[in-house]
Amino acid sequence: MSAETIQSRRDWLLSERPASRMQARLGRAYVAWRRFSANRLAFLGLLIIIALLVVAALAGVLAPYSPTFGDLKGSRLLAPGAEHWFGTDDLGRDILSRILYGSRWTLYVVILVAIIAAPIGLLVGTVAGYAGGWTDAILMRITDIFLAFPKLILALAFVAALGPGIENAVLAIAITSWPPYARIARAETLTVRNSDYIKAVQLMGASPFRIVLRHIMPLCISSLIIRVTLDMAGIILTAAGLGFLGLGAQPPLPEWGTMIASGRRFVLDQWWVAGAPGFAILIVSLGFNLLGDGLRDALDPRSGDQ
Amino acid sequence: MTAAIAIDGLEVIFDRFRALKGVSLEVRSGESFGLVGESGSGKSTLLRAIAGLAPVASGSITVNGKKLGPRRDKAFYREVQMVFQDPYGSLHPRQTVDRLLQEPLAIHGFADGEKRIQRALDEVGLGSGFRFRYSHQLSGGQRQRVAIARALILEPSILLLDEPTSALDASVQAEVLNLLEEVRRRRKLTFLMVSHDLAIVTHMCERLMVMQGGEAVENLTAAQLVAHRVTEDYTRNLLRASEGFVRTA
Amino acid sequence: MSGGPNQQRSMSALLDVDDLRVTFPTRSGLIEAVRGVSFSLGRERLGIVGESGSGKSQTGRAIMGLTPPQARISANKLAFDGIDLLAVSPRERRALRGKRIAMILQDPKYSLDPVMSIGRQIVETLRTHEKVGKAEARDRALAMLEAVQIRDPARVFDLHPHEVSGGMGQRAMIAMMLIAGPEMMIADEPTSALDVTVQLDVLGILDRLVSERGMGLIFISHDLRLVSSFCDRVIVMYAGKVVEQLKASELGRAQHPYTRGLLNCMPRIGFERHPLPVLDRKPEWAA
Repeated sequence: MSAETIQSRRDWLLSERPASRMQARLGRAYVAWRRFSANRLAFLGLLIIIALLVVAALAGVLAPYSPTFGDLKGSRLLAPGAEHWFGTDDLGRDILSRILYGSRWTLYVVILVAIIAAPIGLLVGTVAGYAGGWTDAILMRITDIFLAFPKLILALAFVAALGPGIENAVLAIAITSWPPYARIARAETLTVRNSDYIKAVQLMGASPFRIVLRHIMPLCISSLIIRVTLDMAGIILTAAGLGFLGLGAQPPLPEWGTMIASGRRFVLDQWWVAGAPGFAILIVSLGFNLLGDGLRDALDPRSGDQ
Repeated sequence: MTAAIAIDGLEVIFDRFRALKGVSLEVRSGESFGLVGESGSGKSTLLRAIAGLAPVASGSITVNGKKLGPRRDKAFYREVQMVFQDPYGSLHPRQTVDRLLQEPLAIHGFADGEKRIQRALDEVGLGSGFRFRYSHQLSGGQRQRVAIARALILEPSILLLDEPTSALDASVQAEVLNLLEEVRRRRKLTFLMVSHDLAIVTHMCERLMVMQGGEAVENLTAAQLVAHRVTEDYTRNLLRASEGFVRTA
Repeated sequence: MSGGPNQQRSMSALLDVDDLRVTFPTRSGLIEAVRGVSFSLGRERLGIVGESGSGKSQTGRAIMGLTPPQARISANKLAFDGIDLLAVSPRERRALRGKRIAMILQDPKYSLDPVMSIGRQIVETLRTHEKVGKAEARDRALAMLEAVQIRDPARVFDLHPHEVSGGMGQRAMIAMMLIAGPEMMIADEPTSALDVTVQLDVLGILDRLVSERGMGLIFISHDLRLVSSFCDRVIVMYAGKVVEQLKASELGRAQHPYTRGLLNCMPRIGFERHPLPVLDRKPEWAA
């Protein structure tokens, strides 16, 4: 591609008079992208998350050993070396392979929680904010009840009731993480619901349902995305915590939290058994946090103008 | 001739504040009627009460012979549309002009949306080059044209105008006022226009009502105002104020 | 328009502006808000008129030293009473501001401190610029409130800004700005947020105080007609430049098509024109 075609594509994207729906949408996305990629740390966060996705997808190819079967006879608790880059655990399993496979479970938890919790929070918050009155009072008191308990304790209670296992852990984390999203969505809704542009849609004869769904929700989504991304680290840690307490993923699943739990017995002598998954959690959490910060700058509705 | 809008003894109360204290008014079909007053006079509240955006405590509003209840139905919004004062606040910040104009058509189930959007944009003098822009890519005057296009796209017979040009520069104001006059003539619309500016109301309207503190002060024709044939002191004050600063020394 | 008594106008310029430029760096390059504005101000009322984006407010802010920090200001000369405003230290500049130069903004709600009573704000302003005792400061503040035609100064003295109407707030603002006895005042759309009848009261007060004290006034507004009825001289700005300077009384003989267009396009009671004449903007006006 010559410099000229790149330049003309950029002009097309940044055009002040787009000629189609598509061009307008792409142009908007491009402006957000430029703002995002100007932020180096955010870009680093994005790279970490992309790396996580790639690793999860290609774990089968990348992992040098099986994640669940180890060599009990010859390679228990080996220190990191050329054979086993991150060493091996008490069952002789290669820790690197387990971490690579574990990335799948981390993604699984994070994505499922986001898919369940964010829409619930968005719906509860926007409906409460737009409807006001009794609806608002009831929905927000329910939200308050959930917020009144520490997240991990509540999740523990749910898992205890539902039974241990990674699916139940996901459900428990999702149930405990929607209230802050509802709060955010409600606050955003309150700021826009009396604006003239919402009044104008009311004057078109739009139903309250349509107004919430098509006009208010899109305005709340960017702050929600930012918040969810920033919460990802917390979700990973909660899942790891549940795993650590034996209530999340069950052995021999290579989930990072469970791995730390089983490594804690040797943490002083064979530090890498717990240290390696801990480091993986740290890196991924950092990635999500950096990404979230970058998104906040790029998607901030107040900087709608370029 | 039938009345397009007939209001009788309208009271609007916000919490405990009486914003409108029994105002009556009749706007004939095809007429342009002005409401003049200063902030707190209740002129905008009156407009919003008709549109269903203000709580009516008592009194009646009749539009095209139909008495309005506390809720407005979809048919009402095809008869009555509104243009707001602030062009920066009345367009959704995340929607293109295209999307803004499509919304009323989708709500009312019009099939020929494509054609109508083209026609609406042409009518307000924007053309298709503006169709896929976001509101932040438009100037104040262009935004107000989009707002007018949005109000007209359902082909209402009555347009409520809430200070439609007070946030615009004088030269842009002239363009928007001309546009409003032109669409009124072409579509035989009824206008109910709110303004704090006597000159704009006399320019745009045949009859007007001066309001103060939630009450009607005086009903006048534009001709009476031009000839300074007013009876109330308050109206006289407004007239004097509209002539600019006079040094008393 | 009236021919009031001529003010004692000294010919030495209070303010000298030569080739003032204000530039804002943005993502898409430099934006020149003010592009070479020159004028001088004596002890008179000077109006600066223009539409949004004409650079009129940025001109006022640059003189006050209230330009946002990322902007670049340059001028061949920007001198107040012989003091080079671009060369003085920020401290000296602050001392000038309030003491010798005052500014009134459009909405008193944003320029008055919401948690301090109006009286205290006026007293504080006075005491930062002059060494006066508490009792004397209070007396002078009350006298000042009376001078801006507030009927019950003692009551208003103890009120907070949110407890007064827009017109009252603007009067309090004027009182606060004039208490230290400035020699020059910049008023940026001082009455645009007010109702028309209140507007004239406030202008009347401003007019009387300015002429009594022999101050120089820069009145920035979008309303050409209002400015010409209030000021002695008018500068018309377009796209960051001065397109015309003329005496207010000679507005009818304006030369520039922009000035004439601006005058023409406003509806007037008793002058029926349908449609209203609109401005035909020429690119060479901005050149």
